[in-house]
Amino acid sequence: MAQPRADAPSKIILAGSDLHRVVDRIAHQILEKTSGATGTVLLGIPTRGVPLAHRLAARIHAFEGVDVPVGSLDITLYRDDLRLQATRALGRTELPAGGIDGLRVILVDDVLFSGRSVRAALDALKDLGRPSSVQLAVLVDRGHRQLPIRADYVGKNIPTALSESVKVALTEIDGADEVKLIGGLT
Amino acid sequence: MIKHLRSAADLDAATATLILDTAAEMAALSGREVKKLPALRGRTVVNLFYEDSTRTRISFEAAAKRLSADVINFSAKGSSVSKGESLKDTALTLQAMGADAVVIRHSASGAPHRLANWVDGSVVNAGDGTHEHPTQALLDAYTMRSRLGRLDGLKVAIVGDVLHSRVARSNVLLLTTLGADVTLVGPPTLIPLDVAAALSKSTKVSYDLDSVLPDSDVVMMLRVQTERMQDSYFPSAREYSRRYGLDMPRMRKLPEHAVVMHPGPMNRGMEIAPEVADSPRSTIVEQVANGVSVRMAVLYLLLGGK
Amino acid sequence: MAYLLKGVSILGAAPTDLYINDGVISAPVPDAEVIDAAGLVALPGLVDVHTHLREPGREDAETVETGSRAAALGGYTAVCAMANTSPVADTAGVVEQVWRLGREAGLVDVQPIGAVTVGLAGKQMAELGAMASSAADVRIFSDDGFCVADPKLMRRALEYVKAFDGVIAQHAEEPRLTEGAQMHEGEVSTRLGLTGWPAVAEEAIIARDVLLAEHVGSRLHVCHVSTAGSVEVLRQAKARGVRVTAEVTPHHLLLTDERAEGYDPVFKVNPPLRTRSDVEALRQALLDGVIDVVATDHAPHAVQDKECEWSYARPGMLGLETALPIVLSVFGPKWDLIADRMSIAPARIAGLDGHGGDLTKAGTPANLTLVDPSVQRVVDPAELASISRNTPYAGMTLPGRIVATFLRGEATVLDGKAVK
Repeated sequence: MAQPRADAPSKIILAGSDLHRVVDRIAHQILEKTSGATGTVLLGIPTRGVPLAHRLAARIHAFEGVDVPVGSLDITLYRDDLRLQATRALGRTELPAGGIDGLRVILVDDVLFSGRSVRAALDALKDLGRPSSVQLAVLVDRGHRQLPIRADYVGKNIPTALSESVKVALTEIDGADEVKLIGGLT
Repeated sequence: MIKHLRSAADLDAATATLILDTAAEMAALSGREVKKLPALRGRTVVNLFYEDSTRTRISFEAAAKRLSADVINFSAKGSSVSKGESLKDTALTLQAMGADAVVIRHSASGAPHRLANWVDGSVVNAGDGTHEHPTQALLDAYTMRSRLGRLDGLKVAIVGDVLHSRVARSNVLLLTTLGADVTLVGPPTLIPLDVAAALSKSTKVSYDLDSVLPDSDVVMMLRVQTERMQDSYFPSAREYSRRYGLDMPRMRKLPEHAVVMHPGPMNRGMEIAPEVADSPRSTIVEQVANGVSVRMAVLYLLLGGK
Repeated sequence: MAYLLKGVSILGAAPTDLYINDGVISAPVPDAEVIDAAGLVALPGLVDVHTHLREPGREDAETVETGSRAAALGGYTAVCAMANTSPVADTAGVVEQVWRLGREAGLVDVQPIGAVTVGLAGKQMAELGAMASSAADVRIFSDDGFCVADPKLMRRALEYVKAFDGVIAQHAEEPRLTEGAQMHEGEVSTRLGLTGWPAVAEEAIIARDVLLAEHVGSRLHVCHVSTAGSVEVLRQAKARGVRVTAEVTPHHLLLTDERAEGYDPVFKVNPPLRTRSDVEALRQALLDGVIDVVATDHAPHAVQDKECEWSYARPGMLGLETALPIVLSVFGPKWDLIADRMSIAPARIAGLDGHGGDLTKAGTPANLTLVDPSVQRVVDPAELASISRNTPYAGMTLPGRIVATFLRGEATVLDGKAVK
């Protein structure tokens, strides 16, 4: 997909405290929809899904005192576009000590777009164990799905054009919290 | 990413570290239910072995299969090779079969370099003559890093028949690239001329094992073939073993944390005493397990992308 | 046929008109075919004391005819054909066969070299006298490819050939020190994991042989000297008055062992390519006269003998068509030096009286070659006249083009092309 040029105009969609509020809301929704997040594991998809998963777990703990195990699930080797790009370095796959068998796994990612990453994550999950169910939490849903996939928890729906891109920045990785919409027709 | 792995000199520090990091991810696979990844589905890896080496071949085979590649084993024995087919003609055959990578083991130094001229796919050196064995060096480095936590500044003694050792050459190149200090130890007849100039300026040479041991974090014992005696490299197995073999009294001279390595197959009682090989300091069994992870990393990084 | 080489520069001297008639340099004659030789340098026809023509036995690599054509195109009028054919040139029959094939080809004088020992096996002296008195009139004997390693046998051979003014051309290589050797022993061989061929294996044999030659008062010729240490041994021997001559190849004057880095066997040769300091010493030795001649060691090999693993490849390189350009590129247009080291001295060593003559004198046999030193050419293996393609100079730009070569007054090369 064509990437916007570096000097393309950009617009901040979520900044600092907005982003925190969105994360809080997802945490609440998880608690609500899973009846208190018992039997639940959060698996972040590298890179930015991993700190998001940790934030969600921290907020869930803050709201209800529940400890939700957090892990990471690297999908690189399961991507369907592996051959289309130069070899990628692998991210970490780290399951919580209790594993995922028989548990509710909530996959956490920053942006839901074509749905291909989620499919890769589902494939990867299948090789790691057998969860009782799998859900998906994303910070941003920008539309343009290419697969029959939808998120269970969405922080913000951002209608976009294909020529635009959504950039999520997180303090843990990027030094600041914000979501930007870059490019497109002005 | 590089296209071929013919020599440890093909790897700069960043690439070598990427391979070791990737190998660490691959290693997690061995604890999982499904020991398979789809990364190389539809890719063909040929193991072209002109020398018998079951352990290296099955290590590469397991690595390729765990990445879902199709593996073809092409062994020199019982094939057209014994009828005198040239390496070039074999290469053209593999090319026609659509080999994405050829893992080659050959008794002639430089055979992987020659092969790379004749195939479009990647060439991985699985040991060529007395030249190199880069994946062995990578698994050795991986083993050192996982045991001792680092490679930079590590003091590594490589002991024995350096002259004829492809393992030693690759290790000197890779370890110095990654910041380790290497000392080659052995009788002068088995240390090649100009070895520091040839491989890495920082390489040191010693003829006295006892003086090197107290300051070593790693001691790597090389296999010494007894037929070298006939060629006057040393007078007898007994004398070799006395001067350069690693026995229990010598092992006690090592610092507390130091590890003992051997690329295998070992001559127990010659270069290494059985009690040393089986001691907790020995990484010999780990080295074998790490071999699969490192080779998975190499195959993935060579073949996984565009 | 008579020729007028108009405006030719003999050995770089002022342009002049040079007439060739009845096979010799002559006074002006009418009706000579005029060749515009302005800007061209005339050299006495080059003489190679060390050529492998491969016939009989390996006609897929080279024949006497194709090798002769390559020689003529390289400016040569005489080549000495080494004895390591199959069968080995160790009898009068084989040397006469080679000699006759050379005559039939008619492009250069092919002077056979006889083997020192039966089958080059280093055990029993071949019938050197029979080869000397054969039609081939053999004067140089060599087991080249192998060293006459047995000191007693070497001594006897040196002595024996005195009876017919022969000379033993030694391939100096102590065999025990070069078992399995693949390239020069040093930094590069250590890096590449190829078994080393130590310089001392050559130097030790040369040292022994000059002492033997001195002891029995015989002539010795040393083939393809490749090391600085050998140069020192020869320098001392010559200073003492030992009757020793020596040759160096164009490739040892230009290339170093670093060429082995890619494992391309086109750079595999015996003795092997050495180091930069050896190359410098060899160049100086040729300038000083410690080394007497440039010899090609032209060694054609079939494609399959080079398109393989380094250790399985046969050693050797093509040389005849590139020798003069290499020497020109190394030394520049030192025409007197080139004439001496590539024609006059080799003709003297090989006893080839009609070659290496003085082109300014009427009556000198018209064995000569015309060079255009102003042309730079890229070496293209496909263009070579040799059957084989194993030139290490492919793609290199080298100075000098052989425009014409004359053998006893008959053109063998005109306009840079062989006449037959």
